[in-house]
Amino acid sequence: MSSVIAIIAVMAGVGMSFGLVLAYANKKFAVEMNPLIHVVEDALPKGQCGACGFAGCMAYAEAVVLDKDVAPNLCIPGKKAVAEQVGKLTGKVAEDIEPRVAFVKCSEPVSVGSKKYIYSGIEDCLAASLLHAGPKDCEYGCIGLGTCVKQCVFDAIELNDQGLPVVNKEKCTGCGKCAAVCPKKVIDMIPIDAHVAVYCNSHDKGAVVKKFCKLACIGCGLCAKLCPHGAVKMQNNLAVVDSSICAEKCTEMVCLDKCSTKAIKTYKIPPLEMEQAV
Amino acid sequence: MNDYLLLFMGAVVVNNFVLTRFLGLCIFFGVSNNLSASAGMGMAVTAVITLSSMFAWIVHHYILVPFNVTFLTTIVFVLLIASFVQLLEMVVKKYTPALHKMWGIYLLLVATNCVVLGVPLINVESNFSLMKSIVNAFGSGVGFALAIVLMASCREKLRLADVPKSLEGLGVAFIVAGCLALSFFGFSGMIK
Repeated sequence: MSSVIAIIAVMAGVGMSFGLVLAYANKKFAVEMNPLIHVVEDALPKGQCGACGFAGCMAYAEAVVLDKDVAPNLCIPGKKAVAEQVGKLTGKVAEDIEPRVAFVKCSEPVSVGSKKYIYSGIEDCLAASLLHAGPKDCEYGCIGLGTCVKQCVFDAIELNDQGLPVVNKEKCTGCGKCAAVCPKKVIDMIPIDAHVAVYCNSHDKGAVVKKFCKLACIGCGLCAKLCPHGAVKMQNNLAVVDSSICAEKCTEMVCLDKCSTKAIKTYKIPPLEMEQAV
Repeated sequence: MNDYLLLFMGAVVVNNFVLTRFLGLCIFFGVSNNLSASAGMGMAVTAVITLSSMFAWIVHHYILVPFNVTFLTTIVFVLLIASFVQLLEMVVKKYTPALHKMWGIYLLLVATNCVVLGVPLINVESNFSLMKSIVNAFGSGVGFALAIVLMASCREKLRLADVPKSLEGLGVAFIVAGCLALSFFGFSGMIK
């Protein structure tokens, strides 16, 4: 009997004293933290992608609440809704963020594209690009080892049967992690409603690039000449589209007509053609 | 002095808790994905083991032994470690926010780990003095940190390796852990 009492006494005493110490410590070592930080953190998507430039959603929530210079619209995956909510919570005005998605500029199939050598090293584009700028003949093309796929925290990219990365526009949040990691800079962030896009990343001259890729932009500049609004410009043998001009003025997309390799293509089906398609 | 040094080295390499006694394997595999996280975890475990062993010794010798209830050791130690980790978290959060940021969630994960309970129990079983308990606990913590950092370095390299599909991830991690454990068995017999 006495041992039972001893057990109860010891357990109760020990438990009680630990409890009291913790209760006291909770008061004594309380850290004052702005409760708003947790509210803001709850509003964020918690992908911890780091697209905002902070170490994670919590770090961004802390910064946006405490620092008045941190803008409320930095969360790119959250898009407009989150920016507005964060702006409302922190009393800041959220400027619009243009929804962007990753776009793979190369369209030369990796599986059959012409190669300098057969690569059998580490399955990683960064490693492969160190060896003679990668196995592909085209120095600007997609290597197709899927470094961008591994980088995506939202499962928005996968490799298709040709070995090229395909972006799922529904899932892509536009955080830009894949674009940052690609050693060839094949991935670009473009507006989700871009009219046209150039499906090539090669800055080689037409004669060089024609040798190993039928789909490349040869840099002839016809599209740039045809565009009445100056939305297409030639930069270093590659056509570059300024989508903001397209969105404002383009009605006819003449740039598509004369392209001999069809490197410039429609990106989003415009409303008019969509009706016809139905 | 020599005694303490031997005890320390023994705890670090010869009786390494993870690789020769197979305790604490859950965090050993769970947090060894990247090097900086595992270093933080190693430090948190070392701190918690050392301090909680000290308190455990005091509680054992001044409460459990006088009341003749040493059979309650395990359950009291569980209680002690859980509350001590809570306390440590509060103190660290208050006085060194930088350290708190680095340890982050690991500190609380440690509370439920078997190494942290195992070391004080072994100390009590071996009838160590207070000083010896602390040295043994610190050594065990350093040994754990060493093992998890080694493992994390291996796994970071493994991520770039061409591992067969069926072994990807944990499968190959188990194999690597086995190789590490084998190499640590090489130390056995060095210190009796």
